Amino acid sequence: MTMVSAQKVRKSFGKNVVLNDISLEVERGEVVCILGPSGSGKSTFLRCINHLERPDGGRIVVDGETIGYRQEGNVLHELPESALTAQRRSIGMVFQRFNLFPHMTALENITCGPLWVQRAKAADVRREAAELLELVGLEEKADAYPGQLSGGQQQRVAIARALALKPKLMLFDEPTSALDPELVGEVLAVMRRLAAEGMTMIVVTHEMGFAREVSNRVIFMDGGEIVEQGPSHEVIDNPSTERARAFFAAVSH
Amino acid sequence: MQKLADQLERDADEFVIRPRRHYGRTLAAIVVGVLAVSLAGAIVTNPNFDWPTVGNYLFAQVTINGLLVTLYLTVASMLLGIVGGVLMALMSMSKNPVLRIVAWGYITVFRGIPTLVQILFWGFLGAFFPRIAVGIPFTDITFVDVPTSSLISATGAAILALGLNEVAYMAEIIRGGIRSVDQGQREAAAAMGMSPGLIMRKIILPQAMRVVIPPTGNETITVLKTSSLVSVIAGNDLMTNVQQIYSQNYKVIPLLIVASLWYLTVTVILSFFQSRIERRFGQSDAVQNTARKG
Ligand SMILES: Nc1ncnc2c1ncn2[C@@H]1O[C@H](COP(=O)(O)OP(=O)(O)O)[C@@H](O)[C@H]1O
Ligand SMILES: [Mg+2]
Repeated sequence: MTMVSAQKVRKSFGKNVVLNDISLEVERGEVVCILGPSGSGKSTFLRCINHLERPDGGRIVVDGETIGYRQEGNVLHELPESALTAQRRSIGMVFQRFNLFPHMTALENITCGPLWVQRAKAADVRREAAELLELVGLEEKADAYPGQLSGGQQQRVAIARALALKPKLMLFDEPTSALDPELVGEVLAVMRRLAAEGMTMIVVTHEMGFAREVSNRVIFMDGGEIVEQGPSHEVIDNPSTERARAFFAAVSH
Repeated sequence: MQKLADQLERDADEFVIRPRRHYGRTLAAIVVGVLAVSLAGAIVTNPNFDWPTVGNYLFAQVTINGLLVTLYLTVASMLLGIVGGVLMALMSMSKNPVLRIVAWGYITVFRGIPTLVQILFWGFLGAFFPRIAVGIPFTDITFVDVPTSSLISATGAAILALGLNEVAYMAEIIRGGIRSVDQGQREAAAAMGMSPGLIMRKIILPQAMRVVIPPTGNETITVLKTSSLVSVIAGNDLMTNVQQIYSQNYKVIPLLIVASLWYLTVTVILSFFQSRIERRFGQSDAVQNTARKG
């Protein structure tokens, strides 16, 4: 079963072609890591998947639904805002800089999605939020504000916040890049657990260890194109293109 | 070597720190203090200030009535300013170019024309538009048609003048507040499937408040004092009433002192609250920044 199907996705900012015909299929339950140098379009591609960025061409289908459009024949009609927001609810996203809501406690960050956008019952939401806090190991931080949490704790709350909407797909954009080295492990541990539970995940990361051990497949992007892809070990340890070889040599110092 | 170290340690126990002397500071304090006291003395003892008259009018009914109208003008204008300011700020940041241009035009016009002129304009609105009618433009269909003077009292005109003027200033302040919220907040909320309206109400505006509230306190104090200008259209405020008294008894200076004392009192009270609010918002800011990284 295909969860994500990106077909010839194109995106330019002015004259800068950032995504040049990106095509990618991700199976349900698969964990795909996207690697590549800075500026190669990794974030832009992730942001196209939940339509934070509108592609100039191509289309993205998540779980059978074309994101951002209603298809009639080969015409794509742009969806109204309300339909787009509904689509986004089933796609969780975790950001490099956490982006927790600083005026709300950890618990409120997690409950606000279900309460405001899904209009779920308050009692259910609270119970599930408590379970999520337990999952990310932060039961005792429910009433802490983001400003009182370490970066690693903030990122774990951010993961719980995304999971609260029960997404079918999770997007991670360099979730550990803003963390002090000793805090990276706690976030990766949560992500490992999610992967083991069968969550479909697309992870932009520079953590080679995580990519190697957890992901089923690695995509190497450069200059807005997928240069190479395949099983993690093959691509990381034995890249077939010169560009990939140079990149992996540089990151594994 | 060891002996020298022991010696140093023993001496260190006996150090006494003597702060530097600030002779300049002391001198400045004496000079300024003497000047201030003699000026205060000159004011208090000068018979022209006529303190008994000040005392007579300070709590007179007409003064208090004027003060109440002044407070009412300030509160009403600020409410109008804040509600309109939010609306104008959102328009000025809208994707719709027509809304943006209208907001830009509004802010430019109302900030560009002196407040006194705006007050006069609203006060004499009846001269420009003798009747106010609501209907369909360029047709004979009207729903409401009334004389302007019956619709807008002097106090009403004062609120319109001060409030609409304030909308322009508050719009700029609120826009600054909205801008100050990290773009990542909007993205995170959008990724969760929140609608733009929900994001604005629940995520952006609450965070913008931190930046918006301190200057809003300043604006309130400014509006309080600017409201004295509405005396030119007899707005029934503190200044209008004081002027009416001294135009009859010619005790100009004492009555201006009466007005000044009240403006000063309210300003001091407002400043007190403002500094408390500022301190509270400053603190929560500090908490947020300490654990930002790592
Ligand atoms: N909103 C934007 N406006 C203009 N240029 C952008 C924008 N977002 C990204 N870019 C450009 O697109 C390119 C790819 O960016 P990005 O997707 O963030 O790369 P990566 O995540 O791989 O580092 C960069 O050259 C960047 O400058
Ligand atoms: Mg990036």
